[in-house]
Amino acid sequence: MTIGIQEFLIVSGVLFCIGMFGVLFRRNTIIMLMSLELMLNAVNLALVAFSRYNQDLDGSIFVLFIITVAAAEVAVGLAILVSLYRIRDSVMADHLNFLKD
Amino acid sequence: MFLSNTNWLDLLFYVFAVLTVVPAFLMIISRSPVTSAMFMIASFVGMASLFVLLDAFFIAVLQILVYAGAVMVLFIFIIMLLDMDQKEDLRHRSLPAMASMVAFGLLLVMVLSFFKGQFTGPLGTFPAVQEEVTTAYPDQTYDLDNAAPALPFSNKARAFGYGLFTKYMLPFQVTGILLLIAMVGVIVLSKPHKPKGEEAEPEQVQ
Repeated sequence: MTIGIQEFLIVSGVLFCIGMFGVLFRRNTIIMLMSLELMLNAVNLALVAFSRYNQDLDGSIFVLFIITVAAAEVAVGLAILVSLYRIRDSVMADHLNFLKD
Repeated sequence: MFLSNTNWLDLLFYVFAVLTVVPAFLMIISRSPVTSAMFMIASFVGMASLFVLLDAFFIAVLQILVYAGAVMVLFIFIIMLLDMDQKEDLRHRSLPAMASMVAFGLLLVMVLSFFKGQFTGPLGTFPAVQEEVTTAYPDQTYDLDNAAPALPFSNKARAFGYGLFTKYMLPFQVTGILLLIAMVGVIVLSKPHKPKGEEAEPEQVQ
């Protein structure tokens, strides 16, 4: 195949940019969490591409750890979101200003 | 590579890249959280197919299992439990929105110009995969001068298990402890908040 590592890295970089844009642009915290997942996945894609390119498995094994951490992060983040929703009845980021008032 | 026709593989790469990037962007700009969750899972399945193109079959399967099986169900469950299908107005022209658009453009230009022409020619193409799983791991004499050598790439799940239980034994166990901590944290967080003792006054939160 004539597709090299460069194309995969560009896809990974574009995905990371979209994820960062989502975190900054959206106010819904659930979608912000989804964008965080997207950024972690973009890093996974770059790691696997480099691992395939350098012919060693270490990057691919690191992806397993990233997936584990991402799953744990989503679980804890959504639990925090649920308890915030119980207090504020909203998950919008600009309604969560306890320290201001 | 599991397919031999090179043109097909190039075409597949572009199809999968579009299948990954376009739903990711639609996930960001869709107003309802349920639609966003659906686009997220479409994007992650596209990324799993990109992993297949990279001969990482095990990671591709894991991606679908974890994200389509666990994470999306978690998101959908939380959206359902909170009953918060609130539509967000995305046409707000606030300063953070404009700043995030500018940051998105700048970062995109930076990434594209950084990777463009970085790995071109035969240097940028992937070498062939060895079919044999080498389990010949050198002796465990952990001297720091020559640290553990890199594991050879393989597309077999057995190689992952071998790496996890030899070279990455300690991180593997730390990951288990991390999952335990996350589980305990979620249980503590999701308990209904009750003030301690009988004499506690009702909550002051408005």
